[in-house]
Amino acid sequence: MTTTKIQSASTVSPAPTGTGSRGTKVLGGFALVFLVIAVVYGLFISPPDAQLGNTIRIIYMHVPTVMAAYLAFIITAVSSGMYLWKRTEFWDLLGSSAAEIGVLFFAVTIVDGALWGKVTWGVFWRWEPRLTTSAVLLIMYIGYLAVRAIPADPRTRATRCAIIGIVAIVNVPIVHKAVDWWRGLHQGKTVLGTIDPEMGGTQLFAMYSSLIAGLLVCVWLLIHRFRAGFLAERASDLGLDQALEERRLESSPATGEDA
Amino acid sequence: MSQSGGVLSDAVLVARKDLLLERRAKIGIGQVLPFAILVLLLFAFALDPDRGILKLATPGLFWVTVLFSAVLTLQRSFALEAEDGILEALRLSGMSPAGIYLGKVTALTIELLLLEAVLVLGVAVLYDTKFLGIPLLFAIALLATLGIAGAGAVYGALAARLRSRETLLPLLLLPLLAPVLIAATRGCEVSLEREAMSGWSWAALLGIFALVYLTLGSFLFRPLLEDA
Repeated sequence: MTTTKIQSASTVSPAPTGTGSRGTKVLGGFALVFLVIAVVYGLFISPPDAQLGNTIRIIYMHVPTVMAAYLAFIITAVSSGMYLWKRTEFWDLLGSSAAEIGVLFFAVTIVDGALWGKVTWGVFWRWEPRLTTSAVLLIMYIGYLAVRAIPADPRTRATRCAIIGIVAIVNVPIVHKAVDWWRGLHQGKTVLGTIDPEMGGTQLFAMYSSLIAGLLVCVWLLIHRFRAGFLAERASDLGLDQALEERRLESSPATGEDA
Repeated sequence: MSQSGGVLSDAVLVARKDLLLERRAKIGIGQVLPFAILVLLLFAFALDPDRGILKLATPGLFWVTVLFSAVLTLQRSFALEAEDGILEALRLSGMSPAGIYLGKVTALTIELLLLEAVLVLGVAVLYDTKFLGIPLLFAIALLATLGIAGAGAVYGALAARLRSRETLLPLLLLPLLAPVLIAATRGCEVSLEREAMSGWSWAALLGIFALVYLTLGSFLFRPLLEDA
């Protein structure tokens, strides 16, 4: 890392050419190790749960994905607020990268939640408070990504996204409360998404290692997405410069030959 | 910085302007209201009036109709501002962004409340609904509408200048308003004596929603007008 820094300082163009660095490689390595541990313990070594049976193995995946998604959405919200305050590209890119990762993890959460539901309840979907809240939140953040995808001046686009990022996070507790009351009239909460305090040693180990693996993968993806976004911005700047240069050369072809 | 009066007088000015435009153009009465009644009829076609589903589902169908109509009303309200660079003119007018926001919300709330009043009559006639618990019903309608207008004005202004606003606004707004739909529907069910739970807790949730979005909108409208 230090060598690249020295090189980039001495050369004219300091722009990085990839999204990896020594830091992300180490982080990725840790994530991989914890993933392997989580798979081995979660699928093979830990015993089935007394109440949930083998379906507990889905929960080893479900809890990390939902935690990672919430972490990503919190990062989006904080970045949105910081963007409106500081107005820097860093916060805009961080917020939109985190929103993308959050939507990814949330979609996975809903799918593994539905699979758990199919095994446990016999149906993929039940109007259970957490599932319902998740579905509403997922669509809210898909809206964020839809606005993000609309081509616009970077400052305009960043402001739009920051406003949606703030509005969406404020809505989370309200949706949660409304859905909780709504379903609370008909049925109690389910165990999905909670860590049982009675959990045994290897089960607990599987749960925590998968939780760490999930969060590491989330952060690793986030860093890469952020850097990819940064490079995309530079590439579009470069494309504009190039196009300007070409137009200039078209108007005076002689200057191009001279150089 | 504001040369004209305070936030409130700006709000009154904008609200009066919007209501005057509506009185002259009659888009709400001429287009949105017939659309809303059409939706009530379509529900009846889809759900067979003889089976009693319409009667059971009246509060939900009513509020879904209100949400669809609100999307149309919002689009109209902000399409007015997006044309001919009026948003830029508003920005340069020296009026406070919070005042403009609250003015838009006030006009929207009044328009939607009038629409709801007619829809209530429509529901009473078409779905044979008998209304009880009038104070609760009134409180729920007022608070839910304030929430819809408060959240809607933020996203309406955000989407106004986008070419894909017709498709984008519902995608952004309807999930945001999911708690309003839940709370307003359940609250109405209580007031129609279909649920035993106290309806005032639903009204309180609607009040919190409205308060949160009015506060948020008042602060976010400045960056929204300046940059978005």
